[in-house]
Amino acid sequence: MEWMEILKVFLVGGIICLIGQLLIDYTKLTPARILVIFVTAGAVLTALGLYEPLVTFGKSGATVPLPGFGYNLAKGAMNAVQTDGLMGALTGGIKETAAGITAAIFFGYLIALIFDPKPKS
Amino acid sequence: MKKSKNEKDAKKRYEEYVSRFTPGSRSVSNGIKAFVVGGALCSAAFVVQNFIQQNFGLESKEAGTIVTVGLIFAAQLLTGLGLYAPLAKFAGAGVIVPITGFANSMVATAMEFKSEGPVLGVGSKLFQLAGPVIVCGISVSVIVGLIYYVMGIFDFKLPWV
Repeated sequence: MEWMEILKVFLVGGIICLIGQLLIDYTKLTPARILVIFVTAGAVLTALGLYEPLVTFGKSGATVPLPGFGYNLAKGAMNAVQTDGLMGALTGGIKETAAGITAAIFFGYLIALIFDPKPKS
Repeated sequence: MKKSKNEKDAKKRYEEYVSRFTPGSRSVSNGIKAFVVGGALCSAAFVVQNFIQQNFGLESKEAGTIVTVGLIFAAQLLTGLGLYAPLAKFAGAGVIVPITGFANSMVATAMEFKSEGPVLGVGSKLFQLAGPVIVCGISVSVIVGLIYYVMGIFDFKLPWV
């Protein structure tokens, strides 16, 4: 692992987040819509073969932000179609992202049950 | 009453007038914060992933999954402790756009609806924001898979792939 590698990750991750911030500041899109746009854009760009180069270059910088979630969904579906045929279109997306989705649901549920919301000051 | 309304209008007009001459200084600082914090978060994830990979002899994909799960857990714990909102107020998209923002949204909405019960309240509001993301993401992935399947039948490949 070199510093150059980390710099690339930093740049790609930073730029994706910066795009999100620009959308928040200069458009009337709510954060919820922006999350949906990012995941969808990641999946579409992956299908067009345009996101994979970004992942090769920026690694975690491209996979940790939400377009990376879309990337994994689309890549999962495409890989599964290649190995399992038509049914892969239905199974691949969730299979590839199962750990993340399940962890988010399980930990999220536990934590929401344990903690109470802070009163807004 | 009428006078105070006029004053308010005048104040609003003045603010609009001023804002034309201060070209998004707030937006510039927001952008820098989002860039730096978002970049740092991704870099940290990358360093930890490499550490796990080298020290536990895991493949890149497995290590990546562990880091993703760790990020999700950390973000949700911070949300439960009430520490994520101040973080998001500072870093904006820097912590909203990474997967941590998705994880945070689930706990944040679910906690608010505890009064509606642990199953129907918390269980459903967990997906108030995450629902649209998962629904759209999975739907697009299915469409992508179908198109990819049809492309495979005709042996068609995108020329630049």
